[in-house]
Amino acid sequence: MIRRAFADYPLVMLALLLSAYGIAIVYSAGQTNVPIPYIEGAWKRQLAWFLIAIVAAWFISKASVRFLEWVAVPAYVLGVLLLAITLIIGSGAGTAASMKGWITIAGVRIGQPAELAKVCVVLMLAKVLSGSRDAPRSLVDLWKPALVVLIPWILVMAQPDLGTGMVFIGIFFGMLFWTGVSARLLLLVASPAISLVLAFSTGLWGAWFLLLLAVVILYKPYVVEGVVLVVANVLMGVAAPLLWERLEPHQQARLLVFLDPSQDPRATGYHVIQSKIAIGSGGWLGKGYTLGTQKRLAFLPAQHTDFIFSVVGEELGFLGVTVALALFLALFWRAIRVATRASDSFSSLVAFGLIAGWFVHVAENVGMTLSLLPVTGIPLPFFSYGGSFMLACWISIGILVRISSEGRGIADAF
Amino acid sequence: MSFHPNEIQRRGRFARAIVGITVALLVGAFFRTQVLQNATYALKSEENRLREVPLPAPRGMIYDRHGLIIAENIPGYSVSILSPSPDSLRASLERLGAIVTLSDDAIESAVRRMRRDPNRPTVVLSDASFDQVSVLEEHRSEFPSLIIQASPKRYYPDGPVVSAFVGYTGEISESELNSASYDGYKSGQQIGRAGLEKQYEKELRGREGSRFVEVDARGRVVRESGARPDLLPVPARALKTHLDLDLQRYIASYFGDSLQGGVLAMEPTGEVLAVYSAPTFDPNRFIGGIPKDYWAELNADPRRPLYNKAIQGRYPPGSTFKLAMAAMALESGIVTLNDRMPAPCTGGYTFGTRRFKCWDHKGHGSLTLAQAIEKSCDVYFYQLGLRIGLTKLIAGGVDLDFRDRSGIDLPNESAPLWPYAVDYYNRLFGPRGWTNAVVLNLSIGQGENSQTVASMARFFTALATDGEAATPIIGDSPIKRSRLFTLDDEDMQGLRSALAGVVSGRGTAASAVVQGVTIGGKTGTAQNTHGADHAWFVGFAPVESPQIVISVMLEFGEHGSRAARAASKIIAHYLKRPAITPLNTEGE
Repeated sequence: MIRRAFADYPLVMLALLLSAYGIAIVYSAGQTNVPIPYIEGAWKRQLAWFLIAIVAAWFISKASVRFLEWVAVPAYVLGVLLLAITLIIGSGAGTAASMKGWITIAGVRIGQPAELAKVCVVLMLAKVLSGSRDAPRSLVDLWKPALVVLIPWILVMAQPDLGTGMVFIGIFFGMLFWTGVSARLLLLVASPAISLVLAFSTGLWGAWFLLLLAVVILYKPYVVEGVVLVVANVLMGVAAPLLWERLEPHQQARLLVFLDPSQDPRATGYHVIQSKIAIGSGGWLGKGYTLGTQKRLAFLPAQHTDFIFSVVGEELGFLGVTVALALFLALFWRAIRVATRASDSFSSLVAFGLIAGWFVHVAENVGMTLSLLPVTGIPLPFFSYGGSFMLACWISIGILVRISSEGRGIADAF
Repeated sequence: MSFHPNEIQRRGRFARAIVGITVALLVGAFFRTQVLQNATYALKSEENRLREVPLPAPRGMIYDRHGLIIAENIPGYSVSILSPSPDSLRASLERLGAIVTLSDDAIESAVRRMRRDPNRPTVVLSDASFDQVSVLEEHRSEFPSLIIQASPKRYYPDGPVVSAFVGYTGEISESELNSASYDGYKSGQQIGRAGLEKQYEKELRGREGSRFVEVDARGRVVRESGARPDLLPVPARALKTHLDLDLQRYIASYFGDSLQGGVLAMEPTGEVLAVYSAPTFDPNRFIGGIPKDYWAELNADPRRPLYNKAIQGRYPPGSTFKLAMAAMALESGIVTLNDRMPAPCTGGYTFGTRRFKCWDHKGHGSLTLAQAIEKSCDVYFYQLGLRIGLTKLIAGGVDLDFRDRSGIDLPNESAPLWPYAVDYYNRLFGPRGWTNAVVLNLSIGQGENSQTVASMARFFTALATDGEAATPIIGDSPIKRSRLFTLDDEDMQGLRSALAGVVSGRGTAASAVVQGVTIGGKTGTAQNTHGADHAWFVGFAPVESPQIVISVMLEFGEHGSRAARAASKIIAHYLKRPAITPLNTEGE
């Protein structure tokens, strides 16, 4: 094994650029006509967290991957425990006031354990998946990785935090894919969820069910597996309307409004409509840094957190959006490169799991600002205001840098 | 995990492709929203943040013929408020009510205005007093969505003197906004409500400008101006009228508080010099909403000040109609000015079994037509009417436009009453329910005949000129003349000298003689079943080359000579006053 002398500079540069871009937008988000002191000063706290995060990342990058592998189990247990505690003593904040996502001690919000739990889940899942020589070939083989994700997923969904739940699912499927699970098996695993969504239209669900039967018969899995799958799909089809009833009203509303934002322009649909107006009015070059009227005049909701990308769109226009997305694309590609060049399966899986999590964050957050995806409270990496999230992002960068430096091949230019 | 480098590379390529496609899709979606649909969203964003505050345009000035001001604009203030919803408007208004008094009515009508035009600032006080404005300015910070701005207010310097024709302005009503004739108007705007203000609304209305204020999501005004350049209001052009304010003032002072009736003075070619109706009211008090008590007071007044006696009031023309009889008879050749009737006047005339009295019970003896006009002998005209015959008499009246409005450029003119044909009597009384005696009544301007001051003035312009009647025109409408009858010069001269004889020592208006001016005209007394008779005088001066035609009607004036005295005073003032130097109004 060749130990590298240098860190993965392109990766670090991309993360630094994204962080700087993000802090600049957090500053702009605070520039409103009627200033809200908490948001106006957010950029200073974000900058402080950024510095802390860089130091943390530097320390993490000094830790061997073997250390990470060793720490995976305790970290995972700690993460799950924190999530459980959050559920009991957690408090809401800001636009997500009905959620129990924050740990607050003596009135001071310490952070969102869910952000750090994502990293823990990636480490744990990588440890479990890298433990066996071959990729899981059947549903039975999947029980361990599934359990690793299911426990924190349930705890997160109970908050309820739909966004983080989606990130866990993204990590789960991404890492199964990376470990070599066949597309057919992935489809079968995903099938109950697809049934759940399609159950609202009998015709669609029927077609999907026939397709699933064909796949099951064609690929001949174990009998038990096949039966379990078919039963699970039928159950989901039946259970969907019941589950719908169980959803929180704000979650129902978000899903309905996603289908048609104009049905409720004053309340839930308002966020999405105003976000689209902000972005659409930006044009090629935007209204100018800090000069977005939708943001300045408080038409744009959560402009420093969930809808921060709308500020980019409004003030810096299509150009600013393209630059941001290009930076993210470059970051992903560079991180995938890290995953492909990792020296062993554990580090490769860790790298790809982190990428999968980020990818869900970016796609969902950016997609919802344009109403391409339903609105869930999910932050944009390096941009959205939030200390623990910034910390989690940079810890991930630290881990990637370490994996990269332990990786195969010769250090090359970006 | 299967960790063969080739497989890893393959999965890496696949993952890169997924990420790349996703980012490409997102970039495409942003391109569509930001570049292709930019115009739509840019507009929505502007609609979000900008509120158009109307800048009312000053109405056009109204001048008299010498450039004196009849209507002008003085500085006023309007207070309006921006609200996201009717409920929040109501809440703001209730808080506002603690500072300036707002009636429940005012609050309700403001809410209605808002429902109608939610994006326009809702006018709360269209004519705020200086005190109200300064109190509100003090509390400005409590009402961030309040808009106080200068808005010109209509003012008539001569107030009650000009009330008969100038009208007033008021806020456009709900039903007017719905009607097609007020297309393009917005709630809260001022419109002409009566008189010239209404008649010339199109000309007097300026083009409203706009100021753009920036508001935040809660409707608070964050920037008063400069968010977008103002569109300045375009004031309307001034309306220059033919009116003579000096004469108008003289008439008003002559009438004072005691006389009641109507006057219309015009040039023989149609230019109206004065229109007056007494008793009068102050149109200035109507601006910005008529105070309830004033409205009640005007309506309760038995002398009906709101009823325009010059163009709306209809009265039997009495003896002034004898000129129509004479014109008809002369034109058809039934008589000449020197012809006498078979029966001399003995103070009355027996028709069938009934005796019809002459106004002078002493009798006038045998008279020519010219003399009969001077003396206003009823007996002569009874016989003249019988000679013309009912059918021709009614047709003649129709031809002389006695069924038509004068056409003066004022709204709400009443049409005079005159039978359309003999059939009128069949319908009114039944085919056998009436006798030829109606001819006798019609012949002396009584019976089924009611004329307005304006319609009689118009008829007399034909006598003052060559048989062509001029439509009275106040503003800048084109002059219109139409032929009523055709008489040769000799007959025209004869009629005029007969009319001059009326206002002479031997006529019925002997007391109205003015030194140095020969006035021609005819007195009339309209029988009034509700009280004392109404007095008429319609005439012109100087007889040799008429410069003014005047129609005066005094309610309960008892005898035409009183109206004649009023007319001669007005004529004398007009013809004998020192010349008035016109003021230059071109710059307005």
